Amino acid sequence: MEAAVSLILVFMILGAVFAIHARDLLSAVISCGIVGYGLVICFLLLKAPDLAIVQIVVETISLVLMVAVVLDSTRQEPFTLPDKQGYVNIATAVLTAGVILYFLNLATGSMDAFGEGSLRMAEHYINGAAAKTGSANLVTGVVFDFRGYDTLGEATVLVTAVLGVITILRIRGKK
Amino acid sequence: MTVYILCFILFLVGLYGAITRRNLVKIVISLSVMEFSVFLFLALIGYVEGGSAPIIDPAKPDALYVDPLPQAMVLTAIVIGLATTAMLMSVIIRIYRKYKTLDIREIKNLRG
Repeated sequence: MEAAVSLILVFMILGAVFAIHARDLLSAVISCGIVGYGLVICFLLLKAPDLAIVQIVVETISLVLMVAVVLDSTRQEPFTLPDKQGYVNIATAVLTAGVILYFLNLATGSMDAFGEGSLRMAEHYINGAAAKTGSANLVTGVVFDFRGYDTLGEATVLVTAVLGVITILRIRGKK
Repeated sequence: MTVYILCFILFLVGLYGAITRRNLVKIVISLSVMEFSVFLFLALIGYVEGGSAPIIDPAKPDALYVDPLPQAMVLTAIVIGLATTAMLMSVIIRIYRKYKTLDIREIKNLRG
């Protein structure tokens, strides 16, 4: 299992690197799709079918949105050599990555090894969750019953985002 | 442990892109790459070797399940990620209509 997920992750990393460096914005967007759909396969391998279903729908919608934006604006990203600010940015990025890697090294020491995590909190959700919520699917039980207010907040965020998109796209530019 | 490291490298690739790229669409792509790596990391934490998908089967009362809690959290986060992407994309299209460019340096120079 670990080997299969690692292989797909390597493909996702390659897709992400190409998406960042592609000259044509349309191919960059399509390579972003590699990352998203690779994630779907990873979710299926990790026994998370609910996540896979949601992710495949969301990835398709966001890909359509990005392609629409790219086709409506410009496809080319003119290539320019990095100027002074560019080198500062690259140095900042590498420095930040180094600092974060250092903290990852500290953090992995206290983490469970892959696949051997203990169900500390989920035990109480799993035992008797079906009887309490009436849902055979534990993820649905957690999302809509134990954490119902969380889901209400999520729906609020979604509605706010839709209202925001409508507002932004409808306004006319002031002269 | 390899999986965690690879997942983290994916995050760092997204971070590098978000800091160094000058194109607005590419910045959004880098942000969603970072998002995806975090989702995958949470799903990896919840995985239990030999566990089955967290759907209770009455025929097998002693079955081992993977952790349903991170999955529920990620489910919420995925939908919110879509909302932010849609919002950013609509802002980008307004910026392009006004300034005819997606390069953040030129947009910065137009200020004032």
